Amino acid sequence: MIEAYRSAFAALPGGKLPPWLPALRASGMSRFATTGPPSSRDEEWRFTPLGELGRKAYAAATAPERPLTRTAVEGQSFGHPEWPALVFVNGRFAPELSTVAPLGDGVVTSSLAEALARTPALVEPHLGRHAGPDATPFTALNAAFIQDGAFLHIPDGTVLAHPVLLLFLTTSDQGGRATHPRNLIVIGADARVSLVESYRGMDDAAAYFTNAVTEVVVGPRAWAEHTRIQRESGAASHIAFSDVSQAAQSHYRSFTLAMGAALSRHNLHTRLGAPGTEALLYGLSIAHREQLVDNHTAIDHLQPDCRSWEVYKAILDDRARGVFNGKVYVTPEAQKTDAKQTNRTLLLSEAARVDTKPQLEIFADDVKCTHGATVGYLDELPLFYTRSRGVPADRAKRLLTYAFAAEVLAEVTVDAVREELDKVVRERLGIREGA
Amino acid sequence: MLEVNSLRATADDKEILKGISLSVNAGEVHAIMGPNGSGKSTLAQVLAGHPAFVVTGGGATFMGQDLLDMEPEERAQAGLFLAFQYPVEIPGVSNAYFLRAAYNEIRKARGEPEIDPMDFIDLLEEKVRMVHWGPEIMKRAVNHGFSGGEKKRNEILQMAVLEPRLAILDETDSGLDIDALKVVAEGVNSLRSPERAIVIVTHYQRLLNYIVPDRVHVLADGQIVRSGGKELALELEAKGYEWLTGVAEVA
Repeated sequence: MIEAYRSAFAALPGGKLPPWLPALRASGMSRFATTGPPSSRDEEWRFTPLGELGRKAYAAATAPERPLTRTAVEGQSFGHPEWPALVFVNGRFAPELSTVAPLGDGVVTSSLAEALARTPALVEPHLGRHAGPDATPFTALNAAFIQDGAFLHIPDGTVLAHPVLLLFLTTSDQGGRATHPRNLIVIGADARVSLVESYRGMDDAAAYFTNAVTEVVVGPRAWAEHTRIQRESGAASHIAFSDVSQAAQSHYRSFTLAMGAALSRHNLHTRLGAPGTEALLYGLSIAHREQLVDNHTAIDHLQPDCRSWEVYKAILDDRARGVFNGKVYVTPEAQKTDAKQTNRTLLLSEAARVDTKPQLEIFADDVKCTHGATVGYLDELPLFYTRSRGVPADRAKRLLTYAFAAEVLAEVTVDAVREELDKVVRERLGIREGA
Repeated sequence: MLEVNSLRATADDKEILKGISLSVNAGEVHAIMGPNGSGKSTLAQVLAGHPAFVVTGGGATFMGQDLLDMEPEERAQAGLFLAFQYPVEIPGVSNAYFLRAAYNEIRKARGEPEIDPMDFIDLLEEKVRMVHWGPEIMKRAVNHGFSGGEKKRNEILQMAVLEPRLAILDETDSGLDIDALKVVAEGVNSLRSPERAIVIVTHYQRLLNYIVPDRVHVLADGQIVRSGGKELALELEAKGYEWLTGVAEVA
């Protein structure tokens, strides 16, 4: 497997690259060659058997057999047509499907490949410096294959009118192939940004592999809402690592919706690296059949007076499996830390299961850190209450399941994004109208 | 409209209703009174189909149909409404959404088309005003974070929207201040009509000052021990339940 990845690595096109990039790729390849894929003996992957992903090398993704039309993309997109959108097909930027009007002085929204060619000086200070190759074996593999992805550079004080959509599509002909999207988002001081990162399979049968890494740098006093939507093909594997570095008094909030893929794992790592910083992490996973959906979050409180607030929920049906691991790390310097973590799982079937684990490591004494996890079925009383108003049992169950989801969806602050997410979730849960 | 015949029911294998018979006609208001633990709330919940209780004997019909054979939603669709003693919180679903879902399901069951969403908002606004509330209540999640009084008022709002044939109010008056009590009474009285019936389950006579009953029944230890006119409630208020049950109540 490692040999196969090595030869794919050797075959990567060179072209006009800044001199530091091959070194970064090489360190990724060498790191992956050393570690190999994670195994179930690795504590971090204990509940997430990788199957084929741990045994075979996925070939490089190819251009689609038939080029995608705008109409085909619209059906798989997210949000509103007026939102600026960078569309990637099978890992490569598709300018003809993207919509990027100039968004303001100094704002760069482009593919990473283009940024590497044109403005490498904006990329170099960050790429691979936050989510390094040694974070996980898959970030190493991603580093080895850095080619394309999204690059956003939002200058100080910029307020974007619309959310920016990053759409990663994989076509039905990519079975056995892999993409390694690499995204870099740099948000300047006092800027306000809503970002939507969406992964979508064009059909439900292709067993491809998406291995994404996203680095987000949030400047002082900046405000960012980062929505992540994973709707890969039902046979696909999706592994992703998001790393967030936060400067003083910045506010970062994320919402992670995971519905697709046979196997998905998202690591979200945020570092509160300066006083007065705030991170709010919300998640909703909806899985059925044999799906496995894994969320690992890590919040590092490195400085005093920071707040982190985390609510992850999962709805598991059939034989689906959920994994949640929430690390909160508080250094001795990080006094007055306020951290709260909640993980709630709703089981819709007796064969569904979840492994949930809070992991709090606290080295400061004047802090407020709490965590709580609940796992359960739909309560009988709300069900009876709803039925007693005339709603049939089956519909009442769906309504209460949706209510469980809607409570966390409500935390998305950008109205248009929340409303679109609500539609996606309602469609999945068989509910016609919003709450 | 409602015929209850020697009804027996258990919870956790303990018999709570020990043969209750009751006949409520259209146009009537009945009050069911009794001390704590007499079974009056159980009777209300059994009639609505609460899954915690098992009917072990007797029967009940509603508008000629076998009530006990119907699912809780079928009872509601046929026009039965229970105002819960402890209304349930449903975070994540707004009052407006919840009520529209219920309203449309009841219409659907009667072969009527769904209501236009705009028309429903008009209807809901009117009912919200009727219970002396502001429109913000429609957006709040069902009973979530409501005070005890707000929850009771919300039951009356639901009743006003769903316009049942038979409304059973399970201790809707408990814990209400006098202003809230008047709102509840106003809501109930506005529903009174020759086609509808109302059953008020209550511990105290207080609500009956505002909703004057046609019949009063006193329950003790799972049985009706006395039935009478509205003056029975006043007599109970004066003499206490001990008068009929022989057991002093510990307040």
